[in-house]
Amino acid sequence: MQNDTIHSINGPVITVKDTDTFALMEMVYVGEDRLLGEVVSMTREATVIQVYESTSGLKPGEPVTSSGESMSIDLGPGILKNIFDGIGRPLRDIAEATGAFITAGSQGNTIDENKLWPVRIKVSKNDTLKHGDVYATVQETDLIEHRLMVPRGKGGKVVYTADDGDHKARTTMVKLEDRDGFVHELSLIQRWPIKTARPVTKRLDTAKPLVTGQRVIDTLFPITKGGAAAIPGGFGSGKTMTQHQLAKWCDADIIVFVGCGERGNEMTQALEEFSELIDPKSGKPLTDRTVLIANTSNMPVAAREASIYTGVTIAEYYRDMGYHVAMMADSTSRWAEALREISGRLEEMPAEEGFPPYLSSRLSQFYERAGYYETLNHKTGSITIVGAVSPQGADFSEPVTQNTKRFIHAFWALDKQLAYERHYPAVNWNESYSEYVNQLSNWYSENVDEEFLDHRQQIVKLLNEENKLQEIVKLIGSSLLPDDQKLILEISKLIRKGFLQQNAFHDFDSYVTLEKQMKMMDVILYLYHEADKIVDRGIAFRLITQTDIFNKLTKMKYEIPNDDMDMFDDYYDLVDNALSDIK
Amino acid sequence: MKLQYMHLKEVNDPLIFLEGVKDVGFNEVVEIEMADGSMRHGQVIEIKGDSVGIQVFEGTEGISLENTKTSFKGRSMHVGLSKEVLGRIFSGTGEPIDGLGPLFIDEYRDINGLPLNPVSRVYPRNYINTGISSIDALTTLIRGQKLPIFSGAGMPHDELAMQIVRQARIAEDAGESDKFGVVFAAMGVKNDVADFFKRSLEEAGVLDRVVMYLNLSNDPVIERILTPRTALTTAEYLAYEHDMHILVIMTDITFYSEALREFSSSKGEIPGRKGFPGYLYSDLASLFERAGIVKGKGGSVTQIPILSMPNDDITHPIPDLTGYITEGQIVLSRDLHQKGLYPPIATLPSLSRLMKDGIGSGYTRDDHKALTDQLFSSYSHVQEARSLASVIGEDELSDTDKKYIRFGEFFENNFVNQGPEVNRSIEDTLDLGWALLSLLPREELDRVDSEVLDEFYNSQEAYERFNIKEKSLVRELGQKGE
Repeated sequence: MQNDTIHSINGPVITVKDTDTFALMEMVYVGEDRLLGEVVSMTREATVIQVYESTSGLKPGEPVTSSGESMSIDLGPGILKNIFDGIGRPLRDIAEATGAFITAGSQGNTIDENKLWPVRIKVSKNDTLKHGDVYATVQETDLIEHRLMVPRGKGGKVVYTADDGDHKARTTMVKLEDRDGFVHELSLIQRWPIKTARPVTKRLDTAKPLVTGQRVIDTLFPITKGGAAAIPGGFGSGKTMTQHQLAKWCDADIIVFVGCGERGNEMTQALEEFSELIDPKSGKPLTDRTVLIANTSNMPVAAREASIYTGVTIAEYYRDMGYHVAMMADSTSRWAEALREISGRLEEMPAEEGFPPYLSSRLSQFYERAGYYETLNHKTGSITIVGAVSPQGADFSEPVTQNTKRFIHAFWALDKQLAYERHYPAVNWNESYSEYVNQLSNWYSENVDEEFLDHRQQIVKLLNEENKLQEIVKLIGSSLLPDDQKLILEISKLIRKGFLQQNAFHDFDSYVTLEKQMKMMDVILYLYHEADKIVDRGIAFRLITQTDIFNKLTKMKYEIPNDDMDMFDDYYDLVDNALSDIK
Repeated sequence: MKLQYMHLKEVNDPLIFLEGVKDVGFNEVVEIEMADGSMRHGQVIEIKGDSVGIQVFEGTEGISLENTKTSFKGRSMHVGLSKEVLGRIFSGTGEPIDGLGPLFIDEYRDINGLPLNPVSRVYPRNYINTGISSIDALTTLIRGQKLPIFSGAGMPHDELAMQIVRQARIAEDAGESDKFGVVFAAMGVKNDVADFFKRSLEEAGVLDRVVMYLNLSNDPVIERILTPRTALTTAEYLAYEHDMHILVIMTDITFYSEALREFSSSKGEIPGRKGFPGYLYSDLASLFERAGIVKGKGGSVTQIPILSMPNDDITHPIPDLTGYITEGQIVLSRDLHQKGLYPPIATLPSLSRLMKDGIGSGYTRDDHKALTDQLFSSYSHVQEARSLASVIGEDELSDTDKKYIRFGEFFENNFVNQGPEVNRSIEDTLDLGWALLSLLPREELDRVDSEVLDEFYNSQEAYERFNIKEKSLVRELGQKGE
């Protein structure tokens, strides 16, 4: 074997001269400390490698060794409830080994090899298995049954099964003999290259919503299970808050939360909050279904690029078991900037704003891994991707936002002005959109209410009219408007403050069922139509506002719990009583 | 025996290049002996085979290809530390410059630090009482937070930072006051700014608890890149080895970023926005992320970086990227400053991301969050009313909007405006906030639960407190407009 050594070092990029040992995208070990790296370009003279850890102290002449595979991670039980760095090393184990600060060259296995897992074998001798078939299950957490699937390239007749019971992750559970007489041993662990999408049987249409309990999303700009959405917003507009809310409340089976180039304290907060929160359906802590991936902004930049792929690979692994997975990436802009930084070090020709020309194709490769699928073992599973975007100067015309828009179908634009008013979630209803509404219309009619989409349309229309009227109000004030327009302004204000605005810290308001969302819309629109009748009769609108009915409805979100829909009857009565005096 | 290398291959300020070098590590520290025997320092920033690129902190002036001897120290940039750093003044590289002689050194630490493992962090929750209403009530500072001041040329950001240091210390539990310390890093600011801080810290009687790292505007530019790292290493040392609560004041991030730009372009790197290097975000993050609290340690590192926005533009890359990393920002407003209000904190764009978990019962007071939300909401309506008034005239506003305009004035003059010597308790601040809100009609306060309003809304008291009559709220304004 050739003796490959470091020739040059420039930040996270090193080169090896005159070698043909390596393959493109291959994972390599760099230096005496065996830092992880990846081959990013090759010529006959020089092989360029990006290193996933700090290169401080690295010297030319130190060895570079090949791993023989592209950047891969171990998959198996123990991923849930855990927190990993960008390349799949468990941060708790690293903290135990090296203390509070992460040193370069820290080692750690993604899957704990000493822990005993309660395994149930699902196949018997002489069964024939192929890629993707489930051969055993493990109760990974109280909420999730982990299904072990035959890895790629393996298959055949079962010739050995271990007994049910507690086993370590590396123990052979099943042996398969293929047609050539070769015996494959399957343990609880399989490896997968993170930049390759895991195969499925086929892609299915998406027609079910990912219910988030956030009114502005579920009602106005819904997303399907298997859809892709982007949350762009300047700093302080609440991207992370919104993503945390989705991770806490959305009705996916598994949450993969990738903190990509963001704050360390936020990851700590996610760790704490998710373990304190109890899933309302099962009564178990939310961490039971969550995996966190943290590449904080001061961790090595090359690992930032990998963190997104590590996250989506884990998401696909659980999808293949037949789960609905929601992946949050906060923030894809930091990922794009990592691409830009590496590209600059490689002295590639930059395109727009210094970003590499392949920015768009990388984004599409990532977002295309979302979808609703029939898995290899003929279950259905999905991956929903919600990516935060941090546009420079809150300017949505910058390359990352623009390129992202091409690959997503729900766009939740966060607005600085709304954030200044502390109107959260600060989703701007004029700039945001969702192309999933039509796909979901049947589901909403069958599962919520036939009038749900009709109500939604009315709300959208009112907000749109308000937007136009506000232009006039800015010029002449609202007092000169005719009464029917005043009513639109007032009812829209009620929609904005009483419906769209949602208090993440309020017990009743943090998560709202679709049923309650529907009822709230219904009461608001009931008030609108009844008031409209009165205004039509030429009665002064002032008399209606004096009844304080608008303020009462604004606060209904805090008064009615999710499990007491009968309380809405009181609000119809309130409207009737208030208006009957005027009639 | 360390090798010394004679001669250079190339000098390209602030970089020098050597050839034929062996066994040198990336980021290794270099000593350069000049012909006159004086020493300069540098760091390896590029290695290509046996050719090495070095950045010289003191600049390359006077260096020729022939007149230097270069030796490699075999380690990355370290700073010598002991508890005796308190009360001392150092250069950006950690050399004492106060004439008090060399420092007795306990240990050396790599100034680049290491990323703190998120699982070893403690999520910051304890608020720091600064005695400044706009900060305590609306952008609460939390111990272990990084909260920058976004300012502009000519605005009193230095005074504000000093007021925070002074009053935060007083609010500190008396028995714990020896656990409080300040690390001050000056990057490219003028001598008189450094003097102002020195003098104010002395007046506050805390100079013996302060460590200063000074890289002034006439000091070498490249040293400016090291200054905050040296300072933060000291802060971490004091916080995690000696259990102290350290407040780090770094001024000015803009000059630091410009030094980074200068350095980057001299290396011939591809520039990003406005010529700043593409890694400005990662680089700033490597500073700001060093704020925090570590599990099992008694101390904390809180950062107040000061940043002067070029041309008051908050979308400029430096404030923009900073805002994406830090946990909020305190923005100063030129408009309020020109109205003569101090501190001129612009309420609406200011934000503290950590306050939501550090306020309320057990920390400040139960009603804090409701008050904050309502003040933000009402004050943002003031802006709408003002812009409407500027088009149609105040006379034409509705009565409610007129009340908002008056509320806005009272809010700015009584709540935001406070003076550099006034130290308000959190109770005073919150009560003042409710009194101001009580000038508005109760039905306008839509962010607050009815029970909270029952307890705190009292318009009668408010009118008396500010010595006005309800009707005059509307009428006086009308007359003023005539």
